[in-house]
Amino acid sequence: MNKVAIEDQVLTGVVEQYTDAPAPKVMVTASDVKPIDHSVQPAITTHSLGLMYGGKPAFEDVSLSIRHGSITAIVGPSGCGKTSFLMCMNRLTDLIPGCRVSGRVCIDQADVNSPATDVVTLRRRVGMIFQKPNPFPLSIRRNIELPLREYGVRGRQELGQIVQGVLEDVGLWDEVKDRLDTSALRLSGGQQQRLCIARALALKPRVVLFDEPCSALDPISSGVVEDLIAGLRGRYTVVIVTHNLAQAARLADWVGVFWVRGGSGRLIEFGTSRQVFKQPSDPLTYEYVNGCRG
Amino acid sequence: MVEAVLPAGWLDNSYRSVCPVWLDRCVTLCVWGVAAAVTAVFVCIVGDLVWHGIGQVSWSFIVDLPRDAGRAGGIGPMIVSTGLILTVCLAVSVPVGLGTAVLLAEFSSDHRLFGVLVRRSLDVLAGVPSIVFGLFGSAFFCVYLRMGYSILAGGLTLACMVLPILIRSVEAGIRSVPEEYRLGAAALGLTRGRAVWHLLLPAASPGVIVGLVLGIGRAIAETAALIFTSGYVTRMPESLLDSGRSLSIHIYDLSMNVAGGDANAYATALVLMVCLLVINWVASVVADGCLCRRLIRV
Repeated sequence: MNKVAIEDQVLTGVVEQYTDAPAPKVMVTASDVKPIDHSVQPAITTHSLGLMYGGKPAFEDVSLSIRHGSITAIVGPSGCGKTSFLMCMNRLTDLIPGCRVSGRVCIDQADVNSPATDVVTLRRRVGMIFQKPNPFPLSIRRNIELPLREYGVRGRQELGQIVQGVLEDVGLWDEVKDRLDTSALRLSGGQQQRLCIARALALKPRVVLFDEPCSALDPISSGVVEDLIAGLRGRYTVVIVTHNLAQAARLADWVGVFWVRGGSGRLIEFGTSRQVFKQPSDPLTYEYVNGCRG
Repeated sequence: MVEAVLPAGWLDNSYRSVCPVWLDRCVTLCVWGVAAAVTAVFVCIVGDLVWHGIGQVSWSFIVDLPRDAGRAGGIGPMIVSTGLILTVCLAVSVPVGLGTAVLLAEFSSDHRLFGVLVRRSLDVLAGVPSIVFGLFGSAFFCVYLRMGYSILAGGLTLACMVLPILIRSVEAGIRSVPEEYRLGAAALGLTRGRAVWHLLLPAASPGVIVGLVLGIGRAIAETAALIFTSGYVTRMPESLLDSGRSLSIHIYDLSMNVAGGDANAYATALVLMVCLLVINWVASVVADGCLCRRLIRV
């Protein structure tokens, strides 16, 4: 784990906000500067976060905090609001008509739902990978270049370097370097999913959200993608929703368990992977992780 | 080697298909019969046109001016007028149509009432008889906007008529684009406008082409809406503000008002059919080329 990189992320994370406006220049004296404690400056915090679809709650009252550079797995049965929870992080909830978010989500101390938040910048910082690989019907190269061009990266050479860099990062470069200009839809499912991860990483996000990234893939591709996610530890803050408890146990540093209670999803357990799998505090979690339920 | 032997009487249960085999065959036969009948009608019409019309069609028929009220001579001015009217119609309806379709498909959930209102009015417009469009065009473009009987007024009237078809087809095309492209684009921080431009419109190009083909078909075949707006003067138009007779009006005039004009009416109809096929082909190629610049399908 690259400690320097994490510290760097923490430091810049505190200062940078999601607005394009230049940060106000304030004179800081030495006595004002407080050392940053990693335990109190998490990457993501939620305070009694909830979400309703047209008056029906999907999940309620979720408060947790996620550390920089860690991998956090969210597990639980279907329909308990795990995906909805992820979508609150990058405000994809804006796209769903009749959807209302309550409570607060802060990423790097910036309130995601504040009116001052620039959604485009937010989504560049918070990448998301979906359950079904969704490359655009463009060439492999254009898939990565299209979002980059939106952020003003224009130089052919620079684009080429980024494309090669991220494809190498996801282990796809050797497989596709000779056919970058062919359709991304011709790739296999696992390759498509890795391309989607490369496309998200190209924007240099801080946080990467995975919504059941392996559930549409065969076991071998699934393993490749899983190793890839494990390799992101330390460099990115990763939140992964999965149905696969074994995968959560292999990957995650922290695990959150969602369960439906009183008609809506709740976070019934949150702790380190070891805690949740070995000494869960909630009896439901015990039954769930030991395969007696769910 | 293991031989799979089914136990005797393995199918002896009480389950039998409710649909007897003869009924299934009948349905298949009917479906084929209906399809064949439709094709036969098309073949009859085209055959009739070719049979009666091909004798008159020649290069001079296509480029010459008509003589003797159209009984003799050619249809040069009508082809030019039809082309101009269609150009005006498409130049107005395509940008307006694409814009409205994008609004309805992608942005109307923000203004639900507005979206419903636009859709309702389009559905009503699509069902309005063309003669009513003709009256409206005559009153609004020719009289109120003082365009007179002109190709411009005719083209604009046709644009009003074509818009509902075009918009609804393009909207359906955009809506049929998989939701995962929208989510994927949004998650990468693409604004909705950029997503529409780079992904949704290109992916919706089949819908756009259907809209164009249907719209052009309706426009080029129109007579009622044009008689009152673009007029039926047979001379060669010199500008968009000149009156001009379209091919369809020429056919109508020859077959209804001119005794002995039937042969040329057939020939004109044949030319019209060929024009329609060619224009549709060109429109599809152009639309596909413009929209799918970088789109690569499998």
